[in-house]
Amino acid sequence: MDRFRMIFQYFQSNSESVMNGICGLLALASVKMYTSLDFSCPCLPQYNMAYGLGIMFVPPIILFLCGLILNRQSLVMLEEWRRPAGHRMKDPAVIRYLCSSIMQRAMVAPVVWIVVTLLDGKCLICAFSGSMDPQKFVGFANVSAEQVQQLLAKVPCKDDELLRNSTSRKAVSRYLRCCSQALGWSILLILIIAAFLARWLRPCFNQVTLLQARHWSNYIDIEQKIFEETCCEHSRLFAHKCILHFFESMQQEIKLHSFSFPRQGEGAERGEGLLQGITDQDQVNELLKTWYYEKPPLDVSQAHQR
Amino acid sequence: MDKFRMIFQFFQSNQESFMNGICGIMALASTQMYSAFDFNCPCLPQYNLAYGLGILLVPPFILFLLGFVLNNNISMLAEEWRRPRGRRGKDAAVLRYMCCSMAQRAMIAPVVWLSVTLLDGKCITCAFCTSVPLESLGNASHPRLSQGEVQRVLARIPCKEIYTGQQLIASEVAVRYLRCISQALGWCFVLLMTTLAFLVRSLRPCFSQAAFLKSRYWSHYIDIERKLFDETCAEHARSFAKVCIQQFFEGMSTDLEAARCHLPRKAPADAGEAAEKLLGITDQGTMNMALKSWHRCKPPLHLHPPAQPTGNGWAGEGQPPTHPSAPRKETAAYYSWV
Repeated sequence: MDRFRMIFQYFQSNSESVMNGICGLLALASVKMYTSLDFSCPCLPQYNMAYGLGIMFVPPIILFLCGLILNRQSLVMLEEWRRPAGHRMKDPAVIRYLCSSIMQRAMVAPVVWIVVTLLDGKCLICAFSGSMDPQKFVGFANVSAEQVQQLLAKVPCKDDELLRNSTSRKAVSRYLRCCSQALGWSILLILIIAAFLARWLRPCFNQVTLLQARHWSNYIDIEQKIFEETCCEHSRLFAHKCILHFFESMQQEIKLHSFSFPRQGEGAERGEGLLQGITDQDQVNELLKTWYYEKPPLDVSQAHQR
Repeated sequence: MDKFRMIFQFFQSNQESFMNGICGIMALASTQMYSAFDFNCPCLPQYNLAYGLGILLVPPFILFLLGFVLNNNISMLAEEWRRPRGRRGKDAAVLRYMCCSMAQRAMIAPVVWLSVTLLDGKCITCAFCTSVPLESLGNASHPRLSQGEVQRVLARIPCKEIYTGQQLIASEVAVRYLRCISQALGWCFVLLMTTLAFLVRSLRPCFSQAAFLKSRYWSHYIDIERKLFDETCAEHARSFAKVCIQQFFEGMSTDLEAARCHLPRKAPADAGEAAEKLLGITDQGTMNMALKSWHRCKPPLHLHPPAQPTGNGWAGEGQPPTHPSAPRKETAAYYSWV
């Protein structure tokens, strides 16, 4: 349990780690989804290609969109992209960095699905059995054109009574599975080489820009979180003040309340400091609007000098 | 157990995380319910469609309502909607935000049920087995049957043990065809829902971010204010009850003194705290009378206003100092501890 807690805390500690964790979970979920999916090729000439290619390409799109939705940084990036410049200039390098990191993480689960599908082979067999050249296979060579389409379409279904023990069916099946697995392994190899090169060659180009972009993108993320936490804290104190004021306006209960909670006085004084003079609805609305339209400049030195 | 506690604490830390956790649990529960459910197609022409579509559409509706019921914020939304305006205006944007966020969370479990049902294929196979296109899928050489007979035979496709129409159409062919259609529908449905969710989430920062921040802040504020108000009322009730009961006991003790005239008046300074806590009731008969009086004639919910203590900052209220010192013992004690 200690180990699990340590792993959990490690992922929680850093926003990027959380994103990596979600990315890994989605990849595992895509493998699990594939294994639990009951793949049943229709074995009909018009439907095979649509079904096979559909199963190969539609779930990756869904997984890609899920990867974008579940990633908190995509919201951060969109807000940063669409905000008015105000007092704080926008840095396109930061937005590009955020965009590329989000895309890379969102692409992992779809790629895993496609590779697993190709290595398994069922999709390709279903989609392309009707496109095989019947002359190459003994069992299909002397059959009429119409019938051969029907027979080829039934190749993915092992239990079909027409082709149950046909060696040609097994030959077509093996051939297509071999092509599918070759394609799968090649794609995997190309992607891994590309990832390796990208990671190895990156420090040779623009390392300084990269460090800056990464720092400021982390900063934007943390600033957003702290703003939300501060708003929560502020609303709690605001509510506390509001309720105290409400109770204070009733005469008899005031005395009992103050008898019971002498320490409320100290709490209210502490709260005053944190509320910073913002004590009604219009002031809070103005604060939130100003935060969006005119973010403050990234310069806290004046605050220290004061 | 540690692992479970940690996950539980993570979800509890934040109200929104808590709601997301409930949402995820309901989604898992809906998949579990589906796999535990024993699907039994009736295999009769008139009932197949009703059964299949019923299993497809009724549980999502139930799960949607359950999603609202399990959400604590529904009562908060209703209160905010129905309260009189009073001195605080009502913001329609806040109500819309609360309603939307609750509806989005409640929609997840029904969508999961629909997707799992369509991807599995049994419901669609049961509902539409009588509509299979015989011309393209059926065997060319089949005996001429009346429409009703054909319907009855096709309706038994999902029930392999009693299917008698192998010459009409092979059951595997029909099942494969229907399951393919069902899975295609399922994947398209999931794609549509995911695209909608993506658009909703990504278009919001482009259009109404300031209004969104405002609505989110005030909806959290309403929630926190309600909780704090409940806590404050509970503590107030506790203090009220405490003083009320003390005043009852002191009233009893004063009555008894007046009635019997022979109970020695205990000086609190001599006997200390324990004697103070006894509140003047020191024997069985007196206690029994106090208990009987509490049951037969509870005191009114009206506390005697205490006398003005020295050194207090409350300048606004004038206190008539007409009460004897006994009721004031408790309040004076509070101030001495401050």
